[in-house]
Amino acid sequence: MIVFDKPHALTEMPFHYCPGCTHGIVHRLVAEVIDELGCEGRTVGIAPVGCSVFAYNYFNCDMIEAPHGRAPAVATGVKRACPENVVFTYQGDGDLAAIGTAETVHVGARGENITIIFINNAIYGMTGGQMAPTTLPGQVSTTTPYGRDVKIQGNPIRVCEMLSTLSGTAYAERVAVDCVKNIKNAKKAIKKAFETQIKGLGFSIVEVLSSCPTNWGKTPEQALEWIRTDMIPYYPLGVYKDTTGEKEVK
Amino acid sequence: MSKVLMKGNEVIAEAAIKAGCRLYFGYPITPQTEISETLAKRMPKVGGLCMQAESEIAAINMVLGASSTGKRVLTSSSSPGLSLKSEGISYIVGSDLPCVIVNVQRGGPGLGGIQPSQADYFQATRALGHGDMHIIVLAPASIQEIGDLTQEAFDLADIYRTPVMILADGALGQMMEPIDFDARTPREIPEKTWVASGHHNKRAHNIINSLYIQPEDLEKNIISRFERYKNIENTEVKYESFMTDDADIVIVSFGIASRISKSAIIKARAAGIKAGLLRPITVWPFPAKKLRSLADTAKTFLSVELNMGQMVSDVKLAVECKKPVEFYGRTGGMIPSVDEIFGKLSEMSKSL
Ligand SMILES: Cc1ncc(C[n+]2csc(CCOP(=O)(O)OP(=O)(O)O)c2C)c(N)n1
Ligand code: SF4
Repeated sequence: MIVFDKPHALTEMPFHYCPGCTHGIVHRLVAEVIDELGCEGRTVGIAPVGCSVFAYNYFNCDMIEAPHGRAPAVATGVKRACPENVVFTYQGDGDLAAIGTAETVHVGARGENITIIFINNAIYGMTGGQMAPTTLPGQVSTTTPYGRDVKIQGNPIRVCEMLSTLSGTAYAERVAVDCVKNIKNAKKAIKKAFETQIKGLGFSIVEVLSSCPTNWGKTPEQALEWIRTDMIPYYPLGVYKDTTGEKEVK
Repeated sequence: MSKVLMKGNEVIAEAAIKAGCRLYFGYPITPQTEISETLAKRMPKVGGLCMQAESEIAAINMVLGASSTGKRVLTSSSSPGLSLKSEGISYIVGSDLPCVIVNVQRGGPGLGGIQPSQADYFQATRALGHGDMHIIVLAPASIQEIGDLTQEAFDLADIYRTPVMILADGALGQMMEPIDFDARTPREIPEKTWVASGHHNKRAHNIINSLYIQPEDLEKNIISRFERYKNIENTEVKYESFMTDDADIVIVSFGIASRISKSAIIKARAAGIKAGLLRPITVWPFPAKKLRSLADTAKTFLSVELNMGQMVSDVKLAVECKKPVEFYGRTGGMIPSVDEIFGKLSEMSKSL
């Protein structure tokens, strides 16, 4: 009896992520959801620029690589050309909340019927640990070597809170992948986001608090602990918007 | 076969629909906004979509996404907007995606002005985006040609898997002339096996991508794209020759500037000056071979442009120092008069 298997929506290609990085967990959750919804054949994924740039190699559905930050616009083009497709983007915080802020806000405003999986690891991973729009006040990065000073570098952006103010956002939830309970909850949220799109209800986003042990300078375990002690208090978990009428809104 | 009187910008919109394009993504900018205004009216009537994006950056990336599904897609803008689109154009080229991009040029740099210009020639033919790349650039000179070339652009884009640009200017966009939309025969289009619109469990997943992390892979990819460019240079060069056979002075000029040049040539001929016109219709690929052969018979060349001298460098390269090449241009939105160009021809004819 098989009790645990690789989701079909993932290819055979081994992940390139650093040890202890939770990008891989989130990939798996997205793939499990695609399997469970049986939508692999009509799904198109948009890969970002960032550590998950190779996501196009890992998912078994058709994939498109977008310029840095522009994945929501690319997803819009796909969805408008082929409304029957299930379209998701997978984006980091630099990609989504810095260079691509306008594209992100406007898919929310338009109620674009796509799903964004948003990886918030409070840092730029791929380019070696520079400040992200989500870097916490006081957090050390290579471009905030004395800690992020909000007077100089400004304040972090709370993406779910911001996007939930937009009329076209149908579903927005923040989850974390620091422990088994939260991982299970993250999967539920991702599934619900895809379902929201399949029902045609509008824009859906799941923000995932994710680890970057390499650039945080922590062991994988310390990194998970830091999500709990530092990130979650600043970025509270929960549902920020839900127009599906199924969950209580915060 | 019936002709209607229409404005250049409206013709671009109608010709796109005629070519089977049902997706348009754009952002307003003078002097080309009638393209999206026309499509906003027309697209819903033909089951298509005209979307106003939040910026030119978003518009061109919507084009990237829509083109990935294999559908015909159009975007249009004017000079400052093209600068914003350059990132997306580079990615579209890197991903070998077809699409049609219109630039109805205005004066620059910066906000510049809103009057007709050809000051984006270098941008269109040299540096539309970062990296080793070209795209096919078509330069119409009449409303009929705008209609024909817009349709041709969609076919060329699909045949060669490349963006194709219509390089017009404010004067052509605003001008009215009769047009027959059925004047052209469509070309045969290869099947699109590369599309990303869901594999429907019938094939392996398709990936549309411009990233090649190994330099040897990227080099191979670029070299194979440049082989395609060679093929385009050999088969798709288009130009018009006017009175060049016995011409001592050959004017090289495209778009609206070529029409004024033509009138100046007619005036010059009447005054006994043997002048002719070579009008590139494709400015990339440039009709270099034709110019090289004209350098055997003509005594001198004159490039006439609405800029400070951009295409003149392509003319010099083509002529290979065999004959002198001069330049006459106005810039900033100024258009030379027939007499100005006639004056330049008279002056050149004295030293022949
Ligand atoms: C236009 C552009 N600017 C900058 C870069 C360089 N760049 C690559 S990845 C990246 C940051 C990505 O960070 P994030 O989106 O947070 O993803 P992560 O790597 O942390 O998963 C940057 C700035 C680029 N590729 N393109
Ligand atoms: S750099 Fe950070 S985000 Fe990127 S793979 Fe490594 S741990 Fe993950």
